[in-house]
Amino acid sequence: MKNSQHTISLLVCNRPGALIRIALVFARRGFNIDSLVVSESKDPHYSRMNIVATGEAKTLQLMLNQLNKLIDVVHAKDYSDTDVIQKEIALIKVGCTDENRTSILQIADAFKCRNVDISDSTMTFQVTGKSSKIDAVRKMFEPYHVLEIVRTGKILMARGDEETA
Amino acid sequence: MSNTGRTAADVMIDIIHQQGVDYIFGLPGGAAIPMFDALVQSPIELVLTRHEQGAAHMADGYARASGKPGVVLVTSGPGATNTITGLLTAHMDSVPIVVICGQQTTGNLGLDTFQEADISGITFPLVKHSYLVKNPQDLPRITKEAFHIASTGRPGPVIIDLPKDVSSTIIDDDIDTSFTIPGYINDPEPNPEDIAQAAAMISRSTKPVLMLGHGAIISGAQKEIAEIVEKMQIPVVNTLLGKGIFPETHELNLGMPGMHGTAYANKALINADLIISVGARWDDRIAGNPDKFCPDALKIHIDIDPAEINKSIQVDCAIIGDARKVLDKMYSLLKPADTEKWLRQVARWKRDYPLKYKKEGKLKAQHVIEEMAQLAGPDAIITTDVGQHQMWAAQFCLTEKPNQWISSGGAGTMGFGFPSAIGAQLAHKDKTVVTVVGDGGFQMTLCELATAFNLKLPIKILLINNNYLGMVRQWQSMFYENRLSGVDLVGNPDFVRLASAYGCKGFRLKRSADVKKVLTAAMEYNDGPCIIDAEVAQQDDVFPMVPAGATLDNMLLEPPKHKLEKPEGST
Ligand SMILES: Cc1ncc(C[n+]2csc(CCOP(=O)(O)OP(=O)(O)O)c2C)c(N)n1
Ligand SMILES: [Mg+2]
Repeated sequence: MKNSQHTISLLVCNRPGALIRIALVFARRGFNIDSLVVSESKDPHYSRMNIVATGEAKTLQLMLNQLNKLIDVVHAKDYSDTDVIQKEIALIKVGCTDENRTSILQIADAFKCRNVDISDSTMTFQVTGKSSKIDAVRKMFEPYHVLEIVRTGKILMARGDEETA
Repeated sequence: MSNTGRTAADVMIDIIHQQGVDYIFGLPGGAAIPMFDALVQSPIELVLTRHEQGAAHMADGYARASGKPGVVLVTSGPGATNTITGLLTAHMDSVPIVVICGQQTTGNLGLDTFQEADISGITFPLVKHSYLVKNPQDLPRITKEAFHIASTGRPGPVIIDLPKDVSSTIIDDDIDTSFTIPGYINDPEPNPEDIAQAAAMISRSTKPVLMLGHGAIISGAQKEIAEIVEKMQIPVVNTLLGKGIFPETHELNLGMPGMHGTAYANKALINADLIISVGARWDDRIAGNPDKFCPDALKIHIDIDPAEINKSIQVDCAIIGDARKVLDKMYSLLKPADTEKWLRQVARWKRDYPLKYKKEGKLKAQHVIEEMAQLAGPDAIITTDVGQHQMWAAQFCLTEKPNQWISSGGAGTMGFGFPSAIGAQLAHKDKTVVTVVGDGGFQMTLCELATAFNLKLPIKILLINNNYLGMVRQWQSMFYENRLSGVDLVGNPDFVRLASAYGCKGFRLKRSADVKKVLTAAMEYNDGPCIIDAEVAQQDDVFPMVPAGATLDNMLLEPPKHKLEKPEGST
């Protein structure tokens, strides 16, 4: 059994229970949800969901079929191997001292992180970009003292004229 | 806006009646009283059951026999949870039922108030769709939507969770009930290229088998199937739920394949070069080990549900769409191939490996069932419970027409047989209805004898009484060195006296010499339900048998002489 990570976009009817039905399909097919973003779409009757989940590649298509079968799901599509606009935001709080403040700021600068809060002993950065970039920033901060991290989860949109599923 | 003082419940019952519903099966309670109150004025007949599970199976049997959705009405909490086995049964077998559950008032939801159960939450995996109604003005539209979803596409159960304050609110009676369901495609248009590809594969095949499932029955494809079989000279197998879509008495029909299928159906599948599934989902009771299922045969799958494609068996060609429409379009593209040699081979298997049992000696279940099927005739509806008797009935009741064989396949629900017969008899008052049940499963829903007695339904309850949970005993004897555990039904009641306690007729059947006489007497009794207590050989096993998870060529035709490995891969 080989597990891999998949990025799935869904357009769903904005109804109570829709999220549970969707989550149950993932759970039953043995997929672990790594991140989940739900927001209102252009039309408030529908929501967009972006889900990153880890599971068996060979079950992915079966799971998408089952998601599409749900009455509340208008469509569900895998975007893992498609060139789409992908973004994620993270807030990272790093503990710092007078000695290491400058080197932390240098790293932040190199990754175009915004400094959103500062105190005697901490600095909090906002990082925007691909999820892989956020992973990289996090790794660079790791030798220092990362106190907290929170991520929005990946959001995506098709490029150009194409409409996102 | 106008209102004439009618509650949401009143309006809902009207809409249900407009859907062509003439029976509602159920049992009341506080949260459902507004709905039961609305029934007082309605032409819909309420069938008061003795247990909500019975109500769900009756609605299911009604739906399978009539092709129309069955409707259940129960109260909140335990009333609703009692329907869960019925929901699973209908869900697994794609049966349209609409289950309306009373619910605590909206303000009390989530507070563990009296008889509150989160029935929508509990049933998510068991339903095609569900609604928790919060706004009374939505109820008319939701009711229509629920019937539409339950009965179109691949049918299935839908529940409506209906708080008491919602159902008792006075609503406008000119509410717009139109709806659109953008996420629901109930009649996918089959791809012409897929149809052409399948037609070419079939036209090339010299050893094809047509495997017909419940989907073929639901789509009403019997005429199209008969035409294709005739034109292409293809042998047919039908799944447990596909019985009746193509006459089992036809020489090209090989009956049911799989675990307890006929030897000739299994041999045909093993040796085929092409298997065409029409509305059959390659269930594990047929496929055994899906990785090793008929690896040399090409496979075509016609199904209305895209989620079934490649789910258990990888296929070479899939057509998504309604079976009847697909076959209709395919017919003219088919060019007969030379299947003559193949048909001769199949006919030899049919001759050399017949289903068999001995009529002499102890009374045999097969004997009783076969005789009953013959007396009941080709127009009778036969429902079954689950166990050995079910498999014998599948083998020996040759079904000629759709919707005359009703059995719980996917869920294998003990307790289904008798209540489903009540639903079937209500759908077809003029037909003979026989239910073949075991002594174990019958006791799970026998309280519905009171329901059937009240309605004076002349259902023949053929009780195959082996004093065992026979199917489990068979597994313990074959795979667990006969270490019997929890299968002896010592303490069974005297079923004939039980029948009379309910005002029903009971017949005793003990000797094979009496089979015809007793069954004829039962067939002639039409004042209400009767039980034929057939005391059959206790230790008989069902053959042929393919151990669970094994390939079809591991089929046993008779009791094995050596010890068998425990089954793996499937239960
Ligand atoms: C509700 C339920 N419980 C347990 C089972 C497991 N099971 C399958 S067949 C069987 C034995 C059924 O016994 P009986 O009704 O007497 O029929 P027989 O096999 O003896 O013909 C059991 C316990 C089941 N299918 N359904
Ligand atoms: Mg038994």
